Amino acid sequence: MTSPKPAGDSQSISSKKVSDLEGHFGDFGGRFVPEALIAALDELAVAHESAKSDPIFQAELAQLHKSYSGRPSIITEAKRFAESAGNVRIFLKREDLNHTGSHKINNVLGQALLAKRMGKQRIIAETGAGQHGVASATAAALLGLECIVYMGELDTQRQELNVARMKMLGATVIPVTQGSRTLKDAINEAMRDWVTNVSTTHYLLGTVAGPHPFPQMVRDFQKIIGEEARTQIKELTGRLPDAVLACVGGGSNAIGIFHAFINDKDVRLIGLEAGGKGIETGEHAASISGGSKGVLHGARTYVLQDEDGQTKESHSISAGLDYPGVGPEHAYLKDIGRAEYLPINDDQAMYAFSLLCKTEGIIPAIETAHALAGALQIGNELAKTKGTDSIILINLSGRGDKDVNTAAEYFGFSKSSSK
Amino acid sequence: MNQNRWLGDLFTKTKSENRAALIGYLPAGFPNKSDSIDYIKAMIAGGVDAIEVGFPYSDPVMDGPVIQQASEISLQNKVKADDVLRLQSEVAKVNVPAIVMSYWNPIERYGVAEFLELMQKNHGAAVITPDLTIDESSEWISQCRKFDINSIFVVAPNTSDARLEQVTKLCTGFIYAASIMGVTGTRTVVSNQAQQLVNRIRKFSELPVAVGLGVSNRDQAREVAKYADGVIVGSAFVKLILENSNKEQAIAKVEQLAKELSEGVRNAR
Repeated sequence: MTSPKPAGDSQSISSKKVSDLEGHFGDFGGRFVPEALIAALDELAVAHESAKSDPIFQAELAQLHKSYSGRPSIITEAKRFAESAGNVRIFLKREDLNHTGSHKINNVLGQALLAKRMGKQRIIAETGAGQHGVASATAAALLGLECIVYMGELDTQRQELNVARMKMLGATVIPVTQGSRTLKDAINEAMRDWVTNVSTTHYLLGTVAGPHPFPQMVRDFQKIIGEEARTQIKELTGRLPDAVLACVGGGSNAIGIFHAFINDKDVRLIGLEAGGKGIETGEHAASISGGSKGVLHGARTYVLQDEDGQTKESHSISAGLDYPGVGPEHAYLKDIGRAEYLPINDDQAMYAFSLLCKTEGIIPAIETAHALAGALQIGNELAKTKGTDSIILINLSGRGDKDVNTAAEYFGFSKSSSK
Repeated sequence: MNQNRWLGDLFTKTKSENRAALIGYLPAGFPNKSDSIDYIKAMIAGGVDAIEVGFPYSDPVMDGPVIQQASEISLQNKVKADDVLRLQSEVAKVNVPAIVMSYWNPIERYGVAEFLELMQKNHGAAVITPDLTIDESSEWISQCRKFDINSIFVVAPNTSDARLEQVTKLCTGFIYAASIMGVTGTRTVVSNQAQQLVNRIRKFSELPVAVGLGVSNRDQAREVAKYADGVIVGSAFVKLILENSNKEQAIAKVEQLAKELSEGVRNAR
């Protein structure tokens, strides 16, 4: 493997150039999986490549985006929220307004169409917060596919509402009782299912992690967020933003909004990781800020691991960010210095969550609240360094309906709350 | 320096006896750090020819519930690479080929060269890496050759001929053929996919082929030993230890199972 090229000429850091046929992003990515999955991964990579250049497939997907998800999603300027962020201009890319309430629908529609294209009638998915599970169940219902969702038992308790939604949509939800009973264990169990049923089954992975071609493919299905937003913000403001912010768990909404800006060297790309109770406490889910290079779930990336290479349990108030790894393309963007990654702890996220509710009338997902908290920091910084006409674009990746119980308990609104 | 002849000698011997080799698996530090070796000795006493020492891992995607549970117990016992290597060394000391089975991340974290150097020092035979694809293995292969430790990859019934040719070329010692599409665990029937896979492997390689996944009793061992050079049994041993909290009873049952499996591989042809 050659070392990644530095950010020099205009095209040098497009991800397409650095990712080779085996799916590497610099030293990251690749495939670390049982041999039994190689044929399916190859099949998927070929299907994805051919679908990319197939106008019929692309038209079908575009039609679903338009008439089913409600794309393009709008951009909202958050003026009252911005008062706490140095009074810079803040724009929200409203992925929360998509059908099913988050960016996850973009990926599942693409992959479910691919599954049909490959003749696979059964899809399996993992879910943490439940958003990807709900989106998968939705796409399966729409396209007439069988859907099995693996969900950590702990998460099924934290996200009861989404479990019910998946069931209503006709999916089978299997609580995973192994290990830490969260997202990582749900992925393990989904991979075991896939190894066993690979000839009939497509694994509809929900984020830009996992073995090649998942990180590239999921990015390709999510990059519409940034493509739309780049055009929209130029129309609205006449220029590109100074910074683009998104929360990062596995990293699909972040890659989705970052990708169109990667070659715009003056646009800072900032990923906000879940700092949990603080990086220093060890109880967090910030794989880049507080992890190290390793292999997890089929790819080389940044991982939360102990000195023996055992995966550590992650902690976050947000189930959707509660994952001890991150997509390999983020690891690469971090290492070449193209993107910055900062931790936001639970309390900072919940403060920003509350602020957006009260200043803009938008209840965000707690995942997204990490990006909002980042905007409060970056906004104040930009106001000082570049002035109040600085522009921040935030991916408002999901709505907070699913988090009402968690938030009510956090703020002491619920009867059962002891606070 | 002595050349690593463990597996070569084993398969020469079993071939001369017109039978398959019996390979038994146990995770290091299971059911606890001090007792692992006693169970392994019971396997050997019952007729197991080579031992796979499992390196427990937090995310074992190739393993079914039984080995997952054992791995969790091992990790609760704070098993580290050094414990795995110590157990491997104890197996070599009783003159039985010691193979380590490990997911990739713990080895990479320990250091590929460091791990293999210690294995060589401990007279280890081989390492099986179930989630290391050959595409990511160039450094691993060169270090395995340098330290004279056999590199064993796992192939599956759906592995294409083109891919079989590539994977088997990088195997030394033997080739691990997964009998079915799926994870480790006991099953009532060994699928007929196994024999087809072994036949396909023979087109590309003269190395011995050992079949694993799902073999748990004498009849299954006999069935597989008709066409394979080795029979690998893991979950069935682990299950006996999980089900019998009394150590003496568990050891007796492990030895009894090893005896039955050993009869299976000896009466197949």
